[in-house]
Amino acid sequence: MTAVETDARATGRLGAGRVGEDAQRPDGTLKVTGEFAYASDLWHDDMVWGVTLRSPHPHARIRRIDVTEALTVPGVTAVLTADDVPGENAFGLEHADQPVLAADVVRYEGEPVALVAADHPETARRAAARIRVDYEVLPALTDPRRALDEDAPPVHPGGNLVRHLPLRRGEQGRTAPVVVSVDVEVGMQDQAFLGPESGLAVPAEDGGVDLFVATQWLHVDQRQICLALGMPPEKVRVTLAGVGGAFGGREDLSVHVHACLLALRTGRPVKMSYGREESFYGHVHRHPAWLSYEFGAEPDGTLVYARATVLLDGGAYASSTGAVVGNAGTLGLGPYRIPNVTVDAYGVFTNNPPCGAMRGFGCVQAAFAHEALMDSLADAVGVDRVEIRRRNGLREGDRNITGQVIDSAAPVAELLDRVAALPLPPPADTSDIRALPGAVGNTTHGEGVRRGIGYAVTYKNVGFSEGFDDYSTARVRLQVTGGEAVATVHTAAAEVGQGLVTVQQQIARTELGVQQVVVVPADTSVGSAGSTSASRQTYVTGGAVQAACAAVRTAVLQRAAVALDRPLTGLRLDGEEVVGPGGEVLTGLADVLGDDAVEETREYRHRPTHAVDPETGQGDAHVQFAFSAHRAVVDVDVELGLVKVVALDTAQDVGRAINPDAVVGQIHGGSAQGMGLALMEEVVVTDGHVRNPSFTDYLLPTILDMPPMQVEVLEYADPHAPYGVRGVGEPPTISSGPAVAAAVRDACGRPLRRVPIRPEHITGV
Amino acid sequence: MDFLQPTTWGDALAARAERPDALAIAGGTDVMVDLNFDRRRPGALLDLTRIAELREWATDGDAVRLGAGVPYARVITDLGTQLPGLAMAARTVGSPQIRARGTVGGNLGSASPAGDAHPPLLAAGAQVEVASAARGARRVPVAEFYTGVKRSVLAPDELIAAVLVPRAAGPQQFCKVGTRNAMVIAVSAFALALHPDRHAVGTGIGSAAPTPRRAPEAEEFLAGELDWASRGPLPGTVAAEFGQRVAAAASPIDDVRGTAAYRRHSLAVMARRAATWAWDDLRRAA
Ligand SMILES: Cc1cc2nc3c(=O)[nH]c(=O)nc-3n(C[C@H](O)[C@H](O)[C@H](O)COP(=O)(O)OP(=O)(O)OC[C@H]3O[C@@H](n4cnc5c(N)ncnc54)[C@H](O)[C@@H]3O)c2cc1C
Repeated sequence: MTAVETDARATGRLGAGRVGEDAQRPDGTLKVTGEFAYASDLWHDDMVWGVTLRSPHPHARIRRIDVTEALTVPGVTAVLTADDVPGENAFGLEHADQPVLAADVVRYEGEPVALVAADHPETARRAAARIRVDYEVLPALTDPRRALDEDAPPVHPGGNLVRHLPLRRGEQGRTAPVVVSVDVEVGMQDQAFLGPESGLAVPAEDGGVDLFVATQWLHVDQRQICLALGMPPEKVRVTLAGVGGAFGGREDLSVHVHACLLALRTGRPVKMSYGREESFYGHVHRHPAWLSYEFGAEPDGTLVYARATVLLDGGAYASSTGAVVGNAGTLGLGPYRIPNVTVDAYGVFTNNPPCGAMRGFGCVQAAFAHEALMDSLADAVGVDRVEIRRRNGLREGDRNITGQVIDSAAPVAELLDRVAALPLPPPADTSDIRALPGAVGNTTHGEGVRRGIGYAVTYKNVGFSEGFDDYSTARVRLQVTGGEAVATVHTAAAEVGQGLVTVQQQIARTELGVQQVVVVPADTSVGSAGSTSASRQTYVTGGAVQAACAAVRTAVLQRAAVALDRPLTGLRLDGEEVVGPGGEVLTGLADVLGDDAVEETREYRHRPTHAVDPETGQGDAHVQFAFSAHRAVVDVDVELGLVKVVALDTAQDVGRAINPDAVVGQIHGGSAQGMGLALMEEVVVTDGHVRNPSFTDYLLPTILDMPPMQVEVLEYADPHAPYGVRGVGEPPTISSGPAVAAAVRDACGRPLRRVPIRPEHITGV
Repeated sequence: MDFLQPTTWGDALAARAERPDALAIAGGTDVMVDLNFDRRRPGALLDLTRIAELREWATDGDAVRLGAGVPYARVITDLGTQLPGLAMAARTVGSPQIRARGTVGGNLGSASPAGDAHPPLLAAGAQVEVASAARGARRVPVAEFYTGVKRSVLAPDELIAAVLVPRAAGPQQFCKVGTRNAMVIAVSAFALALHPDRHAVGTGIGSAAPTPRRAPEAEEFLAGELDWASRGPLPGTVAAEFGQRVAAAASPIDDVRGTAAYRRHSLAVMARRAATWAWDDLRRAA
């Protein structure tokens, strides 16, 4: 938890590290050399280790918990159950419906039931195994398609509906000359961040607790921890520990309350760190989805109407299912102009693992359906698959399906044209098995291999929507130390690997003209930054840092004006000097500031969004839209059903690339994640049980699965956003998967209505 | 937990006999996973990596005597010509890190139906050399080595010394299906060895039965159909029939990695292709 520091001048090659330049990450070298301290590296000399006992059943009543035997294990310092939760035994992002520790019922396999602290993690684990939980196993509701049936057992007293979003626009019950329809099923994807959940809770002298944890949103964590501990916010201080990836999976609490409970009970610092298997039970996943879509069009392919039903399995607790339904509904027909719309999006409770936020947030599932259907439509009307999308694609000034005007760039056609114009890869090199489907598995030397090409395009909301007060806070200080001006940026925004610390430095350098910028650790001693999700931090926290820097600049110039006895207007900060209207140096920053520091804190809000009409789903739900298109080229061994993605090229509008290098990095990573869902990534759940909680059987793409990419970055500035930025992180994850799926369909000629596409689907056996 | 580090084979066998609660460890790429998941809690680890002869290979008449502790990386670099099937299989194992540590002896020790070394050893007709302090060494034909899922004939006081693999007298192939293009456990695997010297065919099936196994009936069929004398082309129908017979020899299950039906299907395709490639190689060599 040392301050992150860098001197961009020392690195030379990267220029000054201002907005728009490739800037070196302050945490980059440490991460590459393995020296970066992740949350799992947290250490305190007196600490004990906490572990979680979890339910083996997807649904059961807890008759009795007997902890006596566990308490006798030497080295054990505490064993806690629901009775030991001092505040409300409830947490949750949208609804506090999830117990900190299950009290009477467990609703999913892996639900936390008890906690143990001991002087060694192994001791704690062995003691946890000696807790006797007397379960009465109950029938589990594990098919979300049955969740809303009359006779379905209710997972919660209020029934199984988390949210139903109806969308009605234009004429209902329209017909059209050309009608195409599709049913699509999307499996459960895991965020699979490489650094499992981890945190260290340290009891404080004031009776409160300091928690260091890998997370995405410190203040919402704090709010939920306070509720469970029954403590005011000033007693619960949360500091960001090194985050090894997040992708939405750290928006919900994991070790947070548990570690604090154990720390407060034992009076000792408590570390909790999940292993990979526990991590699969310890965070929400991407919602599996069942989508039924129908498009009606004119004979030339112009869309007339769309009807769609989207069903998302929310699992046992609400998490962010409501908001995911919001996205799957309001954005679920893709970036197309459709005058008449009937959509019903549902999120339901089941006894499956809870699902919540994951990169792409509801748009990922929908894109597999609307993009499959656009291909069907193209074929039905005899139009090229790129052309059908160009023809129907949103343009700036159009209204989307909630009636919202797209008030900045909507370059659907241009993105498609650009990916379509990129050079295609050469034919498969059959002399190198690594280039073929199956690779070193040596399953083909060219036999059965067919090439396919697929296109997909998407748009995604940036920032929180539907009326959420979405803001960030930044505190910026400027002072001269050792003769050099140093800016310090303090926010609660979580750096999860995406490069926000770099962006903050770039903005401060740009706004204040200083070179040395220190980004101090994110914690709750400064106002909320909102979540590191929804592709929003560069926009919203970037906006806050920009505003705070501007305020600091003004304050410094005011001081200079007073000292120089000159009017404020016309004064500028230039490097470490204050210059006048003609650029003449009037004084140095050191002279203006002396030993003082100038510090300002600002909040930044994007333009407000609005709740949609509960009956029609109409309204200005979102503040900004980000567009991307992908073209996938695959070689498929159609006899064995194995796939080699040969090319995965993309074009994306990012508004303004603050750090172009990092933008391309986001696009690479996001594209790989989307491709992973199309071809291999699935948490397989049978009767409520996760069958593959490991990286042995939850397969992530390797370097032999992910091709090199051609990336076209467009910069159509959004006039409403700081520097014109547009969120970058999520669109690639949305459009890459459907493009890959389309390419595989193209190669093998089968409809392939389920992702991940498995070999047996391609071969039909 | 004790950590035993014998430096000679004799000491290792003695330790094996004295400590029934000890678990042998070579590369540790299976053992450490089991320990981490608390699937095993042995009283001691018997580290075999200090025993020089286990890490060596040598030609022994018509065979290669491959020490149990030779890592896959060396099988790939050293034995591609003499044991091409095994080297091809070794190339598909895990990642570079796993290939640097993991050993054929460890693969046999684990006796997983999904172990990649097994099919080529079966196809080549290898023998496993095991030894105990009490009874000395014995050789077990590899097809008799596996007795069940992750079980083998290895007695509690025995260790694997080496595997004796006949040097390839003809072309060999190894094919492995997984749902990604690297570092994947086999959904199904197939190895083929042509033995033109004795007009015979060897096969090995992986991940499609409780143990790795041969497809004897398919072997005989293909050996009988191949035109060994004038090396005429292999008719597509014969290759396909061979594939069907290999598939019929399997008894796969549905699991999280794949379905039984797909496993059978993929074996048929791999066997057909492998037979075609191997025969074409032989014809070209002629
Ligand atoms: C990430 C990863 C990927 C993997 N991928 C593959 C793969 O693609 N294909 C594959 O087949 N396997 C794979 N494995 C499994 C493993 O690498 C192999 O089974 C390997 O051959 C084990 O060898 P080892 O030397 O590491 O064995 P160890 O783990 O040391 O031992 C394995 C077993 O053999 C016993 N043993 C070892 N040596 C002897 C001996 N001389 N005498 C008697 N018993 C002995 C041990 O007691 C133990 O029971 C993978 C493992 C990991 C972790």
